[in-house]
Amino acid sequence: MHIPDGFLSTPVWATLDAAAAPAVAYIARRAQRGFEEATVPLLGVLGAFVFAAQMINFPVGPGTTGHLVGGALLAVTLGPAAAGVVMTAILAIQALVFQDGGILALGANAINMAVLGVLAGYLPFRLWGGTGWRKFSIFAGGALSVVVSAVLALSELMLSGVRIPGSLLGVSLALFVVSAILEGAITLAVVEALERIQPKAVRQALPSRSPVLAVVSLAAVLLASVGFLFASAAPDGIQKLGQQSGISSQIRTLIHTPLAEYQAAFLQWGMLGKPAAALAGVALIYGACLLLGRAAARKRSI
Amino acid sequence: MRPLIEVRGLRFRYEDGTAALNGVDFRLEPGETVALLGANGSGKTTFVHHLNGLLTGQGSVEICGLPVEKKHLPAIRRKVGLVFQDSDSQLFMPTVLEDVAFGLLNLGMERPTATARAQAALETVGMAAASARAPYHLSAGEKKRVAIAGILAMEPEILVLDEPTTFLDPPGQRSLAELLIHLPQAKILVTHNIPFALTLCNRAVFFAAGQVAAEGSVEEIVARFEWDFALERSKSRL
Amino acid sequence: MHHVVVDQWSRGSSPVHRTDARAKLVALLVFLIALATAARALPLFAGALFLMLVAGLAWARIPVAGALARAALVLPFTAVFAVICWLAGDPARGVSLVLKSYLSALAVLLVVSTTPLPALLRGFGMTGVPRFLLEVGQFLYRYLFVISEEAQHMTKAAAARGASVRQWIGQGQRFRAAAGALAVLFARSYTRAEDVHQAMLARGFDGHIPMLAVSRFRGSDAVFAIAASLAPLALRLAAERLMP
Repeated sequence: MHIPDGFLSTPVWATLDAAAAPAVAYIARRAQRGFEEATVPLLGVLGAFVFAAQMINFPVGPGTTGHLVGGALLAVTLGPAAAGVVMTAILAIQALVFQDGGILALGANAINMAVLGVLAGYLPFRLWGGTGWRKFSIFAGGALSVVVSAVLALSELMLSGVRIPGSLLGVSLALFVVSAILEGAITLAVVEALERIQPKAVRQALPSRSPVLAVVSLAAVLLASVGFLFASAAPDGIQKLGQQSGISSQIRTLIHTPLAEYQAAFLQWGMLGKPAAALAGVALIYGACLLLGRAAARKRSI
Repeated sequence: MRPLIEVRGLRFRYEDGTAALNGVDFRLEPGETVALLGANGSGKTTFVHHLNGLLTGQGSVEICGLPVEKKHLPAIRRKVGLVFQDSDSQLFMPTVLEDVAFGLLNLGMERPTATARAQAALETVGMAAASARAPYHLSAGEKKRVAIAGILAMEPEILVLDEPTTFLDPPGQRSLAELLIHLPQAKILVTHNIPFALTLCNRAVFFAAGQVAAEGSVEEIVARFEWDFALERSKSRL
Repeated sequence: MHHVVVDQWSRGSSPVHRTDARAKLVALLVFLIALATAARALPLFAGALFLMLVAGLAWARIPVAGALARAALVLPFTAVFAVICWLAGDPARGVSLVLKSYLSALAVLLVVSTTPLPALLRGFGMTGVPRFLLEVGQFLYRYLFVISEEAQHMTKAAAARGASVRQWIGQGQRFRAAAGALAVLFARSYTRAEDVHQAMLARGFDGHIPMLAVSRFRGSDAVFAIAASLAPLALRLAAERLMP
């Protein structure tokens, strides 16, 4: 789901842009180290492939078709860093040339789809790709990449104040699940077909060096998305809190001053403290696990 | 006079073990235009990729006296200009001018000089007006000319064209032939297009199963291997 | 293909086309931020911005109706959320979504239809976007049309052999056939990328993609950047003053 401009509140899109910048810079560096000089044409052409692939229709039911999103497929064939770069490039071209997704919202879309979505698409394969669960891991990757991206997008919208009534939320989540299953099925089918015609294109699942790291990463990503969802569903509760403590009446008077905008935004940001803190907490945990895992891996190789 | 290209006993196997070249000997003298004929999969394209070091096999390949080794590759890739069959894979830059200038900039040329040389190369092929256009807007014939311009800009001594008439209509093939006739470099044409080969080439080499099966004039090779589309001949054998 | 139209527009000539990509990007970002952070007097502000963009399109000699229609592609998605907001008792937000998303799309379209994409990507380099990413974007755009054409050929070939999604029977087989088609397209794309790399090597590629174009930022570009950035800010102040 590509979020257009005008949907997200300023704290949300600004924070995500600020978060996306170092994340994208990091995965760009990682991707460059991976492939030597063949990388730029390869990633560019495969990005074009994903675009074109979205034109090929897969039968879903009577009269309905679906299509590939591609994050998990790219992750399984190129690795998560290169896949992330390709997805970012795709998002940029979609936003610029097709006006599909906003420019200020690029950070949010990139985090949702190119960073966390790709990571969620890759981790199951990383964990179980070398075992008897290989097929399932590819399917799960496809499904999770869609679920994570969609849930994050929905959370960001709700956090920005788009109130979605519970019933509609349920319907959306059901739709996400259907898309997720479809993506998983398509990804698996394509990978299997690909292995028959060009085996070297699909990564050989590495022997798990430090499964702990991968498991924790997967858990953190899932936790982040689900947690974010719950936290952003909470603003209703936070608004009630605001009313009870009399803050909201103070806001009404503030609105008449020229600077009200910025003060109101700041206050809103302050009220978002809870979910923001939750997100920050998860990020810290993830970061800590990453460092620990790396240290553990280094120890093991000595 | 030293031959421009001298190949002795070239052997090459793909990663999966299939033998692509089984001992090829080949010479190219200055001023020659040689046709490489043979069935699909007989090793023609694999062979020409050894001439600029994109592939390396066993045996010896010398370009203007330089053996094809890593340290000579930059010089060799200047001397041997390879025009690929699919122009879309060859014109990879956003505009025509940038693409033609690509090789020159890689050689370390300054931008103004590279721009001027690229512009001159485009004039040679008659595509000077297209310098700011994007490659995918061009017709197949125009793309082929631009690809050739990109090679000519590097002032090669040898032009190698891999199935150049594949996407061209007859007028396009005629223009290409006219262009090539006027270029002074020695040329190797990998082709299935016999009339084209007859027009341009003074010699033909026939590949089969990764080896040179025969050499001679184009007419001789065509007659010997029945290498053209002539229903009368096959009818007479029915 | 849709993007071909925008590509054609971007190769036109007008004062806007001739302006440096970086100046246009600066103006675009100011515009988008001014719009995104606006909450009061929105309809008036939006109307003023709309007129500003239409004037820009006319000045750039871009077909105005065509551009307005293209930007409207964002509306179906937005309309769904607008309805949701309206049903949830927040119609003001629904209106805000529609206005903001449409105008943002139109503003982006104005910039993209007056700047060839490779130049635009280079302009993004000034914002610190990794060059590697921009190069991938450049190649992606270059081969977008080529690969899409291949995909179209494949779907046409499949249709010619009777593949129709409306039938019940053989869904599983059709699914596998579509997956097979995608795998073939992937393999061909992969091979093409290798061919491109070979072609690059054959002309001396050493890992760094050289840049031919050197864009100079002129005085007129600075004037454009400043004027085009101040305009939405001035319009917003005026709108908020007129409709407190």
